[in-house]
Amino acid sequence: MNSRIAWRGELFGSPIRSLLTIVLLALLAWIGVYVFDWALLHAVFRPDAEACRAVGHHGACWGVIAEKWRPILFGRYPYQDQWRPAVAVTVLTATTLLSAWPRSWRAWLLPLWLLTLVVFVVLMRGGWLGLAYVPTSRWGGLPLTISLAVVSLALAFPLALLLALGRRSRWPVVRTLSATYIELVRGVPLISVLFMASFLLPLLWPAGWQPDVLVRVLAGLALFVAAYLAEIIRGGLQAVPRGQTDVAMALGFGRWPVQRDIILPQALRLVVPALTNSVVGTLKDTSLVTIVGLFELTGALGLALGGDTTWRPFYLEGYLFLAAVYWVMCFSLSRYSAWLERRLSTGHD
Amino acid sequence: MKGAASGRWIAWVVQALLLAAIAGGAVWLVLHALGVLRARGVQSGFDFLLDPAGFGISEGWLDFESGQPYWRAFLAGLINTLRAAVPASIFAVLFGTLLGIGRIAPHVLVRGISSAYVQTLRNIPLLVQLLMLYFALTQLLPDSTEAIELVRGAWLSKDGLTIPWPVREAGAWWPSHFDWPERSSFNVTGGAALSPEYLTVVIGLGAYTAAFVAEIVRAGIGSVSQGQKLAAQALGLTPLQQLRIVVLPQALRVIVPSLTNQLLSLTKNSSLAVAVGYPELMSIANTSFNSTGRTFECIAIIMAVYLALSLSISGLMNFYNARVALRGWQ
Repeated sequence: MNSRIAWRGELFGSPIRSLLTIVLLALLAWIGVYVFDWALLHAVFRPDAEACRAVGHHGACWGVIAEKWRPILFGRYPYQDQWRPAVAVTVLTATTLLSAWPRSWRAWLLPLWLLTLVVFVVLMRGGWLGLAYVPTSRWGGLPLTISLAVVSLALAFPLALLLALGRRSRWPVVRTLSATYIELVRGVPLISVLFMASFLLPLLWPAGWQPDVLVRVLAGLALFVAAYLAEIIRGGLQAVPRGQTDVAMALGFGRWPVQRDIILPQALRLVVPALTNSVVGTLKDTSLVTIVGLFELTGALGLALGGDTTWRPFYLEGYLFLAAVYWVMCFSLSRYSAWLERRLSTGHD
Repeated sequence: MKGAASGRWIAWVVQALLLAAIAGGAVWLVLHALGVLRARGVQSGFDFLLDPAGFGISEGWLDFESGQPYWRAFLAGLINTLRAAVPASIFAVLFGTLLGIGRIAPHVLVRGISSAYVQTLRNIPLLVQLLMLYFALTQLLPDSTEAIELVRGAWLSKDGLTIPWPVREAGAWWPSHFDWPERSSFNVTGGAALSPEYLTVVIGLGAYTAAFVAEIVRAGIGSVSQGQKLAAQALGLTPLQQLRIVVLPQALRVIVPSLTNQLLSLTKNSSLAVAVGYPELMSIANTSFNSTGRTFECIAIIMAVYLALSLSISGLMNFYNARVALRGWQ
């Protein structure tokens, strides 16, 4: 009731406010009517290119999604085997959802993740248990986007931990090396790192012993993300009062046990929300691998529509679908981050 | 005492070994790489920078034609990066500040619209936004024969935006009049033409970064204590005066360091222009290593240039930050 009165005051408290409210409402109504007209009223939902062309710019052609959703979501993965990436993504998502619940932060989570990754790779790659072999060059779409994000973050995290501790080390050489690595990587764009992983490494490797392009891109992504995670973790380490180290040392803890048992658990708890935000960043960054020729979601859309003259005019609807898929993933992650921040706050600060 | 001394000695030995291992690894990698390149008959070295480039650059402040040397192409690319990043930064800061204030404005509709904007743009990859904007600008707009006049003299069409541009007489220092673009039955002539690629990069980068700037501004204003705002109110300042005189100067201390990071990532993100074909540094490097095969050299150049750009921007912003930061006691 109170908030309703506050709202009325905000909306119509003075003549200027009332004018602003009316102008904004009119603007919203105008946009709303236009969007409703285009996206629903005149839209074509059947996968019928003729009908879409007849409507022209007056209505959306959602038929392009009805027609192309499989190549957009699964890329060039063999059509009859696309149940495999579907199951693989479901398994990965289920484990992610389970680990999002703070109660399940126990030791069994690590073997569960290893098992999940094994199941994921076996399903995607095949060549085992009677599943046909599918080379990584045919992986694509949503499974590739999610696995690029998850695996690169998993690889980056231990490295980031070392870099963050290294940057605060008592040893000047370790400190300088860590700081140099972090600042160098943070100073260059991700694309240059991906170019290096994709075009430069093959030139340096002895012929015949060539790691897969997916592996190279994953390594590049992980090395890049690690520098950013390291700075977040360092922020957490700095926020733990120095007195804690002194007390633990006085109690007879060694230098490493202090870090492992006293400082790190508190530091990581402090930075979990920031780390979750960088998961959102990494998920968005995976879209860049399309520039070096891997067909994750963004690349798969280009593949699905770019080569098809019938459906190419309806790219806008395709992009909107793509944006919606990314938005749902990223928005729920950032809501989760906010929820976690409230839940983890101990009330001491 | 003896134990501590030997501990220090061990620490130095371990560090020396670590340094030696990393230096050795780096030297081995370079020698190995050179060996592999030589074995494959790949030319290496930076001498190609003096060779004529086999491609032209369609737009930019530094004219570049096919046949001029590669170093000039890289320079034109760098200038094009700045030509996009500087206006995008200004747009992002101004628009982002407005949005940030809008998110805490005492008006529920303004708050709602601002936060819808921020939540939408922050959660969609920049690349997808750029590709979508580029498609809209090049496919959904009318042909140049049917260009739309946005305001007097500004024509928008598939070929981009044409705006009035000041021209100066030969030998004059100061522009004397504007060149107003006109629409003829074939196309739009006169004025200055901004290509759809350029518009995509400036608008897309600016609009995306503004969403992040808004969050920084909001957090900065939130960091100013409530007592300060109440005191300003008690002094009889209008809401706008409270913001301008009391809140913003203090909020800037919190805002500037984070804003620096955002402007840095905007500059690095301008490399995504390679996806829509705006000829900035990354596109030039991409074209160059495809045509010369000097992959290592081209990637080294772009990394060095972006590093230099990043360091100089953070240097500049640190200088500014030192001026707005609290002096004396905290």
